[in-house]
Amino acid sequence: MVHPFTAASFNQFLGEHKLMASRCTQCKQTFLPPRAICPNCHSDQMEWVETSGKGTLAAFTSVYVGPTFMNAEGFDRNNPYATGIVELDEGVKISARLTGVDAKNPANIKIGTPMRVEFLDRGEGDAKQTFLAFTPAN
Amino acid sequence: MSNRKLGRGVAMVGAGMCKFGAFADKSSRDLFVEAFQEMRASVDQGFDPNVIENIYIGNFSSDLFEHQGHTAPIMADVVGLTPRPATRIEDACASGGVALRQGVMAIASGLYDVVLVGGTERMTKLPTAEVTDTLGAAGDTLFEIPAGFTFPGFYAAMASAYMHKYGMLPEHLMNVAKKNHDNGALNPKAQFGVTIRDWMQQRIQAALKKGKPAPTWKNESDFLHDDAANPMIAYPLRLFDCSPITDGAACVLLVAEERAREFTDTPIHIIGSGQASDAALHDRADLTALRAAHIAAQDAYAMAGVTARDIRIAEVHDCFTIAEIIATEDLGFFEPGTGFKMAEDGVTARDGAQPINTSGGLKSKGHPVGASGVGQAVEVWKQMRGQAGARQVNRDVPLALTHNVGGTGQTAVVHVYERK
Ligand SMILES: [Zn+2]
Repeated sequence: MVHPFTAASFNQFLGEHKLMASRCTQCKQTFLPPRAICPNCHSDQMEWVETSGKGTLAAFTSVYVGPTFMNAEGFDRNNPYATGIVELDEGVKISARLTGVDAKNPANIKIGTPMRVEFLDRGEGDAKQTFLAFTPAN
Repeated sequence: MSNRKLGRGVAMVGAGMCKFGAFADKSSRDLFVEAFQEMRASVDQGFDPNVIENIYIGNFSSDLFEHQGHTAPIMADVVGLTPRPATRIEDACASGGVALRQGVMAIASGLYDVVLVGGTERMTKLPTAEVTDTLGAAGDTLFEIPAGFTFPGFYAAMASAYMHKYGMLPEHLMNVAKKNHDNGALNPKAQFGVTIRDWMQQRIQAALKKGKPAPTWKNESDFLHDDAANPMIAYPLRLFDCSPITDGAACVLLVAEERAREFTDTPIHIIGSGQASDAALHDRADLTALRAAHIAAQDAYAMAGVTARDIRIAEVHDCFTIAEIIATEDLGFFEPGTGFKMAEDGVTARDGAQPINTSGGLKSKGHPVGASGVGQAVEVWKQMRGQAGARQVNRDVPLALTHNVGGTGQTAVVHVYERK
């Protein structure tokens, strides 16, 4: 099956519990989120590569006032959620939800914490969506 | 660094803004009319609006905020300027600053001599959660927003990286809020025209009036640490670290330099303009600086033939307190990692060595996103001409700068102004 280098392909892979990046076959750089055109050498000769799913926490926050879709998941001022940016071992960074950390005590969350990927399935059937998350590796 | 030059000189000869705030009964067109009228009154020799040839309007999302798209011709129409070309510029919260740059380029190209640049945003009609959603559209809705990021969240994440790298504490951010509220208290156009100390007193008086137990804050710091008075929005950013939701409009009149004296004996020349773009936040090597802002500043300085050291005052994009600290480093005023110490030491205060946001900034003056960049130009116009009233800085301001950021720094635009 051919997967074009689009967000739809990326999300389909997430649904299969794979965190896929695109790699430029010309200059060998890896990109996450995937890109159709290499910003380094402008080649369009990309290939999909599955990431290790391992990395470290590069930045984070605990959100007390969220968007409507997070409120619908039950988060609010009294039940904040954590989100952040994880740097993968491959050297690329990605925005993701953070699980397994104490969102109510964000001062205890530490940048540099080793993290591993998690896939959060929400909804059923055609409405099923999979969100990218990371959780402390240990 | 580029060595681009303007094809010919550009001068600002009028500037005005409406009061920023929350106005249930005003649409963005009403706000723009007020800003236009103040701009008109500011032109020293007076002028006939018919001399305006072209119009740019900065606006982020009238579509979502007011269910009104195609805003520019409406703004041209309400001030009687159709059938002149009118174009809306959208670069998120940098829309106003980029509209200004379009105006500069339109004159520098030789195509027009007289250009009106405006900015409008009417935000308070939507409930807060929907405003959060709408502002989120300035992020990457495919890869950032599903992770649960909000705009306070993005800047909070930058703050977390900055704290980790440079040892800043959340308390340091409060210095920026206090300083900008001090300045905004002297600005009759500001949404929050009170210091944080006055705000505390008002809360205490209101409680006493209702017969409720009065809060017992000992000082501003006590108040700012109170989870009830200053709730966490996105750690480490609390309510007073965030600019408010605002209705507002601003506008300036730009003319070819050689025609400036028809309008005023004290024109303010725009001698440097720089703009840059960037990827989503997670795709950047450094999460503690905005590369686009650094490049925009370097380009603006090079065009103007000045350095950061020459700039007397700056209006910077303090959508969040951390954003002001990072801005003062990106612009070259301070070394990376030292901006928070400069704020703590009062260097950026109105009477400090490098005054930042004498208007109160977006934090206190308000942040009607598409208008903010033009509002910054209004402040430097007043300060450079000695017309800033109670908040006038205590030194001459021959050179000033404005810095306007869109999103998390996907857009940054910087202008340098000179009073010759
Ligand atoms: Zn390449």
